Amino acid sequence: MSFLEVKDLRIHFPTDDGLVKSVDGLSFSLERGKTLGIVGESGSGKSVTSLGILGLHKGGNARIGGEIWLDGEELVGASAEHVRGLRGKKMAMIFQDPLSAMHPYYTVGDQIIEAYRIHHDVTKKVARKHAIDMLARVGIPQPDRRVDDYPHQFSGGMRQRAMIAMALSCDPELLIADEPTTALDVTVQAQILDLMRDLQREFNSALIIITHDLGVVAELSDDILVMYAGKCVEYGTAQDIFYRPEHPYTWGLLGSMPRLDREPTERLLPIKGSPPSLINVPPGCAFHPRCPYLDRTDGKGDTVVPELVPTERGHLVRCHMPAEERRSLWENEIKPALETQ
Amino acid sequence: MITFIIRRLLASVLMLVIVSMVTFAIFFLVPRLVGATPETIATRYVGRTATAETVKDVASKLGFYDPFIVQYGRFLKGVVAGADYSTGPSVEYCAPPCFGYSFLTQRPVWPEILDRFPVTFSLAIGAALIWLLSGVAVGVLSALRKGSLFDRAAMGVALAGVSLPIFWTGLMSLVIFSYGLHITAPGGSYVPINVNPGQWAYSLLLPWITLALLFAAGYARLTRAGMLETMNEDYIRTARAKGLRERVVVTKHGLRGALTPIVTIFGLDLGLLLGGAVLTETAFSLPGLGRYAIQAITDNDLPKVMGVTMVAAFFVVMANLIVDVLYAVVDPRVRLG
Amino acid sequence: MKKSTIATAAVSAALALGLAACGGPTQTQTGGTGQQTGGQAAAQDAFNAANSGKVFNPSTKKGGTLKFANSGDWDSLDPANTYYGYAWNFGRLYYRTLTVYKTAPGAEGNEVVPDLAESLGKPSDGGKTYTYTLKQGLKFEDGTPITSKDVAYGVMRSFDKETFPNGPTYLNDLLDWPKDYKGPYKTPDMDVSSAIETPDDRTIVFHFKQPFASVDYLMQMSPTAPVPKAKDTGTKYREHVISSGPYMFEGEAPAGKNFALVRNPHWDPATDPNRPALPDRIEVSVNVEANDLDNRLINGDIHIDIAGSGMQPASLSKVLTDPALKARTDNPTLSRLWYVSIPTTVKPLDNIECRKAVMYAADLTGYQTAYGGPVNGGDIATNLLPPTIPGHKKIELYQTPGYKGDVEKAKQHLQACGQPNGFETNIAYRAERPKEKATAESLQQSLARVGIKLTLKPYPQGEYFAQYAGNPKFVRENNIGLAVNGWGSDWNDGYGFLQQIVDSRVIRETGGSSNISVRIPDVDKLLDQAASETDAAKREAIWSQIDQRVMEEAVVLPGVWAKSLLMRGKGLTNVFISDSQQMYDYVALGVAQP
Repeated sequence: MSFLEVKDLRIHFPTDDGLVKSVDGLSFSLERGKTLGIVGESGSGKSVTSLGILGLHKGGNARIGGEIWLDGEELVGASAEHVRGLRGKKMAMIFQDPLSAMHPYYTVGDQIIEAYRIHHDVTKKVARKHAIDMLARVGIPQPDRRVDDYPHQFSGGMRQRAMIAMALSCDPELLIADEPTTALDVTVQAQILDLMRDLQREFNSALIIITHDLGVVAELSDDILVMYAGKCVEYGTAQDIFYRPEHPYTWGLLGSMPRLDREPTERLLPIKGSPPSLINVPPGCAFHPRCPYLDRTDGKGDTVVPELVPTERGHLVRCHMPAEERRSLWENEIKPALETQ
Repeated sequence: MITFIIRRLLASVLMLVIVSMVTFAIFFLVPRLVGATPETIATRYVGRTATAETVKDVASKLGFYDPFIVQYGRFLKGVVAGADYSTGPSVEYCAPPCFGYSFLTQRPVWPEILDRFPVTFSLAIGAALIWLLSGVAVGVLSALRKGSLFDRAAMGVALAGVSLPIFWTGLMSLVIFSYGLHITAPGGSYVPINVNPGQWAYSLLLPWITLALLFAAGYARLTRAGMLETMNEDYIRTARAKGLRERVVVTKHGLRGALTPIVTIFGLDLGLLLGGAVLTETAFSLPGLGRYAIQAITDNDLPKVMGVTMVAAFFVVMANLIVDVLYAVVDPRVRLG
Repeated sequence: MKKSTIATAAVSAALALGLAACGGPTQTQTGGTGQQTGGQAAAQDAFNAANSGKVFNPSTKKGGTLKFANSGDWDSLDPANTYYGYAWNFGRLYYRTLTVYKTAPGAEGNEVVPDLAESLGKPSDGGKTYTYTLKQGLKFEDGTPITSKDVAYGVMRSFDKETFPNGPTYLNDLLDWPKDYKGPYKTPDMDVSSAIETPDDRTIVFHFKQPFASVDYLMQMSPTAPVPKAKDTGTKYREHVISSGPYMFEGEAPAGKNFALVRNPHWDPATDPNRPALPDRIEVSVNVEANDLDNRLINGDIHIDIAGSGMQPASLSKVLTDPALKARTDNPTLSRLWYVSIPTTVKPLDNIECRKAVMYAADLTGYQTAYGGPVNGGDIATNLLPPTIPGHKKIELYQTPGYKGDVEKAKQHLQACGQPNGFETNIAYRAERPKEKATAESLQQSLARVGIKLTLKPYPQGEYFAQYAGNPKFVRENNIGLAVNGWGSDWNDGYGFLQQIVDSRVIRETGGSSNISVRIPDVDKLLDQAASETDAAKREAIWSQIDQRVMEEAVVLPGVWAKSLLMRGKGLTNVFISDSQQMYDYVALGVAQP
């Protein structure tokens, strides 16, 4: 069994308007030292998944099914108190938008100290030393001074580094980074990604990066899982996803990747429309209303829910189109179009 | 921060001077403008058989014939330098800050205010502690169990607490708890804390609770609304992700975030109350500043009105200043300069 | 009610003649429940058990603490500076005066008897000079003897109205003070022997400007309380009056603070037959919220509402509907009339027929309701003099069925007035007084039955007499056909009650008089006649004659003879109401021992 095994995870929220199936039958696995990128538009269920792993839906009104095995321990059925003990220590999370994710009324140092002292019975002084070390490690200049600053006194990139320092303070074995670079400009993004890669190597932790931007995970990830409407639509190695993607949605995401040689607003293969409501998930393939190849599904697109099936190279894809058709579309139309740019 | 406080202090002093001028004008200038003569004003301070001559003597003794600005100047001078008042056989020196000398009670106003202040202070602080703790606690619990029976019951009681006049709740609670069940002290039985702390608390228990009920309700609602908002903040999720116990998440992170408006309102409410909890003091016959103010106004006793207004204004102004400073303490994003 | 300035001449006449009526024990009554003696079980509670000359729970047993509460505060505890009836009633506990009202229930309590003095005043010089001799063995609370000089000093300091503006001014006005005298503080060296002399330590002589019959009544007023000059602190004296009576202040009693009286060790009961001095201690709470005060009284937490003006409206419904509570109350009649003036200067009310139409049309039960009904408000008045005033006779000139008004008769008089369809006029009342507003509204309704349309005109009470209803020019120019009014007297006699409201000579064109409508030459003559009449019975007949004349002219619509509802606290002994106080006699009270 892998270090992290997620099997048929379902996270549903009953609401007044109906049942919201934020995550619906998701499975994946991850080893120590490896990185998984979970990619999808907002509302695809990727953040809900990460919070589900951390057990942050426990005690709320979410209905959680399936299994989550972390280092041989099942978490879905475990007590909330037990999972709480693992949070921060065994598994930690880096949130997007650290300005709102850090408490505005406490200093950065206090927030790191707090995170450390939850799991370590040390004096405040020791914890403070540790916090300064962590800040230094994530590249904050003059950490012994900045430790007493409030989040609003940090720049965006520094805040993100501080957030990482906080998450890493207890040396977690599983680190989940939710859109870690979204709020940052491109150069800072690169620095943060480099930092995360370095730190991951150093700590040998399993890393999940959640993003809507394939570019972010391109160089970091070993595996990539593409989510759409709470389900996995394509799952494979980074190589598979970038060089042999078979799902039209993945193609769309690839086309949306910002590149240094391209205007940020320019999109090559835009995905029409917007993500579906999770209450009224379209029948059949959830992606069918936006799919340009609906006519090639033999009429199943809007009636039958497609299965996640292995491709001939072994990665998984959820699409009604015949495998040959998908490959030929990629090779003959999509790939050339992407390359010409 | 220091410059800010100094600047605000100066502004506060100016504010108090303006308040004193307006009060002085309301109680002196306005009646004159609508036709009252020095004699008609002096009539309030004499008995019912006073002759016209007596009224004139009293009016001139009280300086009512002097121009407004002279009278106001005399008031200011008294505050700064003190003043002399004749008791008949001798002269009494009214030490600064001399807010005047009540012709009705034949006492300088300031010692009387000092004398009554502990009552109001005891009442306000005790009630404030009760309402702050209970209001915030109920508010937090309501927010955490939003929609539960507890939440709905608490908010119902809170609505009633805000709506019921304290005059009514005060009298009813006296009738029930003091005169019916004999478990609390009857009205008007204030004992200073330095005389007997036990009796002090016993005598104030019912006023505290009654006054606290009025405010606790508002604080419960405010806390609940604030908590509902902050508990949805991203930093709460972060706190949970750290592995913090829920209790710590709620108090250290959630409540801390919801605290700013509570601190603000609390400061202003307390400042307002320290100037005299008029209705509560009246309902429970407590000899505090509020009751003093009511008496001063009914008697049209200008020096008392001035004194008590200035004290009330002082507390309101100070409360505003302290709230502003506290604001910066509570929310580090606010920088005062 | 009362207006402030009383002309010197009027006062002297009033005291000289009027008070003489009360001088003798004319209507001596003994306590109705006097069979019980002190120390026995508490008496049975009953409504009015301490009223109308009865003594409730009589006792001579000493001890215990008597608790008073005041919903307001004294004008001053200084005998020179107070003019509240209750303050004079209560003051007798800590000061003595040359004479005093007898401590007795009902009419007997109207009698003035010697107090510090050995006997009543001895007149000489044709009634212009009165001499009093002090008893032997009188002492202040500090043990120093009380001398005639202390009494003289008390009177002299009370002369200084700039320092003591609240007290009565009779002695200022009546004694033959030297010109420019300003009291002992401003003119300490002035010779006042033209007014007061103290030939020796026990003798005090008063010189009046003119002959004066009832000096003894003046001498029971608070300014003759002795004040030791060495201890006089002027305006501060109120905080610790040096006691000459059975009780003295425990420490200081500054304004607005609760205080206590304890026994004065130097008071000698042998010199003081009027003060039983039953309780060992007397405690007074001031500024008690009025409704809470009633609750505490009902509950037994305090014994007496010291103001003696009656219970709050909120308590009345509770007390009157609970027989056990009602049995603890008394309902004395006060020397006070609520009425409506009908000025003769406003058309068409210059015509007596129109005034009579108003008299007949008015529903007096509505008037009574406006004042709170028969218990709290009082009895329906048919004429001016209240039943408590000697000489009172019921005069019913405009009798209507059930006092509800007589529409037919009113219409006949309207016809005679030449206004068969009625007329329109205004009714003035004091804006701050809800009862007067209710009165005006009630009259508006009952007079509308005969076509008399009233427009309500509220005016501020502070200026009511000076600027509005008491100002003849204003009344004429603004057509004030009716003016709600009221009157109570300082002392219980026909002159004190009537003079200010029926003498046309008190009306001034510049305003300020309580008399708004009575301008009857006969009445003025009768007043003068009564002033020179020495026979009490004859004088009392004249009061009633004046009453009759005013009613005949229909210039006053009497409404209610006021009553109050007082509650006896739990455990009180020796409770009664005297005519002089019109509330419980505070000197007599005791408390039952557990």
